[in-house]
Amino acid sequence: MLGRLTWDAIPFDQPIPLVTSAVVLIIIFSVLVLITVKGWVPYLWREWITSVDHKRIGVMYVLLGLVMLLRGFADAIMMRSQQALAIGDSQGYLPPDHYDQIFSAHGSIMIFFVAMPFVIGMMNFVVPLQLGVRDVAFPVLNSVSFWLTASGALLINVSLFIGNFARTGWMNYPPLSELAFSPDVGVDYYLWSLQISGVGTLMAGINMVTTILKLRAPGMIYFRMPVFCWTALASNMLIIAAFPVLTATFVMLLLDRYVGMHFFTNDGGGSAMMYVNLFWVWGHPEVYILVLPAFGIYSEVAATFSGKPLFGYRSMVLATLGICVLSFMVWLHHFFTMGAGADVNAFFGIMSMIIAVPTGVKVFNWLFTMFHGRVVFKPPILWMIGFMVTFVIGGMTGVLLAVPPVDFIVHNSTFLVAHFHNVIIGGVVFAIMAGYNYWFPKAFGFTLHEGLGKASFWCWFVGFYLAFMPLYMLGLMGMTRRLQHIPDPSWRPLLLVAELGAVVIFIGILCQIAQLVVSIRTRESRRDLTGDPWDGRTLEWATASPPPAYNFAVLPEVETIDAFWEMKQTGRRAAEPPYQDIEMPRNDPIGFITAFFAVVLGFAAIWHIWWIVILGFIAIVITALVFGWSENREQEISAEEVALMERARLDAGRTA
Amino acid sequence: MDGDEPALIERTPGVEHHEATASYLSYTVGLGLALLLTIMSFVVAQTNLLWLPGIPVGLVVLAFAQIGVHLVFFLHLGSGPDNTNNIIALAFGLFIVFLVIAGSCWIIVALNANMTP
Amino acid sequence: MTTTTIIAEPGHGRLAHGRGADGPAPTRTVVAYGFWIFLLSDFVMFSGLFATYAVLSGHTAGGPTGRELFNLQNVFIETACLLFSSYTAGLGALSAERAEVGRFYIFSLFTFVLGAAFLFIEISEFAGMVAKGAGPSRSAFLSAFFTLVGMHGAHVTSGLLWFVYMIAQVAAKGLRPHVLRRLLCFSLFWHALDIIWVGVLTLVYLMGVV
Repeated sequence: MLGRLTWDAIPFDQPIPLVTSAVVLIIIFSVLVLITVKGWVPYLWREWITSVDHKRIGVMYVLLGLVMLLRGFADAIMMRSQQALAIGDSQGYLPPDHYDQIFSAHGSIMIFFVAMPFVIGMMNFVVPLQLGVRDVAFPVLNSVSFWLTASGALLINVSLFIGNFARTGWMNYPPLSELAFSPDVGVDYYLWSLQISGVGTLMAGINMVTTILKLRAPGMIYFRMPVFCWTALASNMLIIAAFPVLTATFVMLLLDRYVGMHFFTNDGGGSAMMYVNLFWVWGHPEVYILVLPAFGIYSEVAATFSGKPLFGYRSMVLATLGICVLSFMVWLHHFFTMGAGADVNAFFGIMSMIIAVPTGVKVFNWLFTMFHGRVVFKPPILWMIGFMVTFVIGGMTGVLLAVPPVDFIVHNSTFLVAHFHNVIIGGVVFAIMAGYNYWFPKAFGFTLHEGLGKASFWCWFVGFYLAFMPLYMLGLMGMTRRLQHIPDPSWRPLLLVAELGAVVIFIGILCQIAQLVVSIRTRESRRDLTGDPWDGRTLEWATASPPPAYNFAVLPEVETIDAFWEMKQTGRRAAEPPYQDIEMPRNDPIGFITAFFAVVLGFAAIWHIWWIVILGFIAIVITALVFGWSENREQEISAEEVALMERARLDAGRTA
Repeated sequence: MDGDEPALIERTPGVEHHEATASYLSYTVGLGLALLLTIMSFVVAQTNLLWLPGIPVGLVVLAFAQIGVHLVFFLHLGSGPDNTNNIIALAFGLFIVFLVIAGSCWIIVALNANMTP
Repeated sequence: MTTTTIIAEPGHGRLAHGRGADGPAPTRTVVAYGFWIFLLSDFVMFSGLFATYAVLSGHTAGGPTGRELFNLQNVFIETACLLFSSYTAGLGALSAERAEVGRFYIFSLFTFVLGAAFLFIEISEFAGMVAKGAGPSRSAFLSAFFTLVGMHGAHVTSGLLWFVYMIAQVAAKGLRPHVLRRLLCFSLFWHALDIIWVGVLTLVYLMGVV
């Protein structure tokens, strides 16, 4: 009846997951009760859950990322603590079985459910505004994409209290991930969770590329687009090109596990190395999917907070497109040691070094942007300066790793772990924090508390170096990654420093939570009434904060790069324009409903409850058919309503 | 947001922009060419018409030709200034397909060659 | 900081035209382009399966090889069915654009029947192989074969089901703009499937018997 799901699935005998699950369930339950009692359900359903507005969806993505950051970071601090304690004779507090699940979950969650949602959320919120249009190309599809990502996040979290997670590491290599060596549900949780959210991500990629190429304000030729939109274009092109490979790879592994096929098994002629190859065909572009929008955020922040146009716009664009193409030609550097031989290794090693060049071009452009500018040291630019230092170090260790003989020595050591955290935290996470501080006023209508913002930056910055520089040294001393027990007591001091670093980062996260709480509490004194708190250069600052549903009452006519700056300088204004009726898409529950059945289907597939799998699949098909038949999907905002909203905003701005 | 197509500045993928009589012709020519190329492929694969070691290359060339016929005659992917986006997208897609297939083959052959006997 | 109202002033000098600078594209173009890049992403997904097939095609684990299993006559008939189905789908699309509903239904009938014939032959082939003990779990080669060819077949199947749904929409709502947009997407899909089949035909069946 219920497949292989039994009461044994609940970890009654394992205190840590049990207590964690209980606490999480209590929190969720309390939140649901609070929402219901306060009567917020209709509001949430109408304004957020069924919203197809790119701004709302962007905020929900970022919120998902923030929540999952807490889970991923909890995993991190547990690992650091285990490695600080379990040295020599001590065994620490996490048995290997748990430790393996924790590092697997940490990586999977941080990449798929923290970094991706943050980056996609920011692109979702900002790009249509910067392009001067009303929404993305396919608003309903946008909602479906978000809710499918949330489904994946839900499934991966369910593995904490029903069953277990994979013990294979976040890359899930066979043969360990095959049935013979991982017969339980852990790998299935991994595969279904990522497959479902992967569909959402692919659709988001298609949506964003179509938007950027086909929906721009009049006059916005390609070379007048903000650099963030260029990086968003490159990143989403990579999503469209890379995610299908991951989909195919996971399909094959699922077929191995469910139907007994032999793609990657040890027997029957399977090739586990082919999985590694295909995984990294996706995996390398994935990191560029994350870092390109991060570079875009830095470009916007550098220009705005230096009061100067971005230096070298064209070379930035070319560098971005160059990175986009090159990122597909380096993937073997993730498995130099698998034995492809000197010729193959040399080719990919050289390509991996070449790809550092366009990034170097970008770094110089940012530096020259700030040079002779009037730099205002607010949190966004602090994060950016922190990035410049940190990412360059990480990039240099990357070029070092691109040399195959060097990689043979440090592959899968903590040197590697330090490198990729260096570039991901320095590059992607710092950018997310910068973007969060930068665009928060636009999204919510009030700025964030600056002091706490600066404090959180310094904690993250110092904490990062404390946590990861020791790992470089330990890697060179021979420490491999993913160790549940540390054999060499001489490594203890460095591991303690790393633990301290994690604690300092934790304080940084607490500062960010405090920043949010304090800012909300004091929001009236911090209102952004002009829509332009930073004296910005691009079109998103031309709208109210937060922008109305339709973004622009009249689509702006664009004549230059930094369109809003040009409009401010030339003082282009006229009498009130003739407002027209605006057609916007209606809200739709299809995203939420599809995701709900996706979770049902995924959970049932994991536990082999075949009748529910079939029912869930049928339900999704029916949902699609019903939606496909429906009409009347647009609603009109009358010219009078538009006029009222615009006048109210102008009045508020005048009293500022 | 439903608009009329302004003077064909945007080239919609898959839509033909010629007059009526040419269209039936284009599909039929495409069919004829594709059929011819398909038959040629079968012949090349099963006979000695082509020099034996060259058969795989010949088959690949014929496959590309068939795909080209489909793209031009059925999907109307032609030249013209505003078809550019469609062509660039296809070129990028084909580039990726080539990298994935050729790259994987090269890598796996090299890996297998270095396996212990 | 003063508020600036961004107003469109008609005929303001240095506006660019063409090259996508005329404002948002019409819905039909937006939808078709989005669907086109979705199809390209599908090509990439198939390329992962093609690459795996290429790598594993020799891994027969002592079991049957392609040469022993493939029946090229059936493959030729399948190919012809799918090609003609693409042709009639194209003619159907033309009829729809010209609002010739009767012709549209006739061409659509041929499209569906030819597509179904393709599937029938393919399913028989699969069933025959499984009955011979050459099922997908016999060897890596067969796993790759069944998955690659089967994935294409699954796309054809869902395409036919989608097509039936589209005919129902035409019958119920007529050839309205949003219905025409979806028919355009279906044509793109159907032609793309024939392109994938050219790949399958060449790399799997023809190379398999060389």
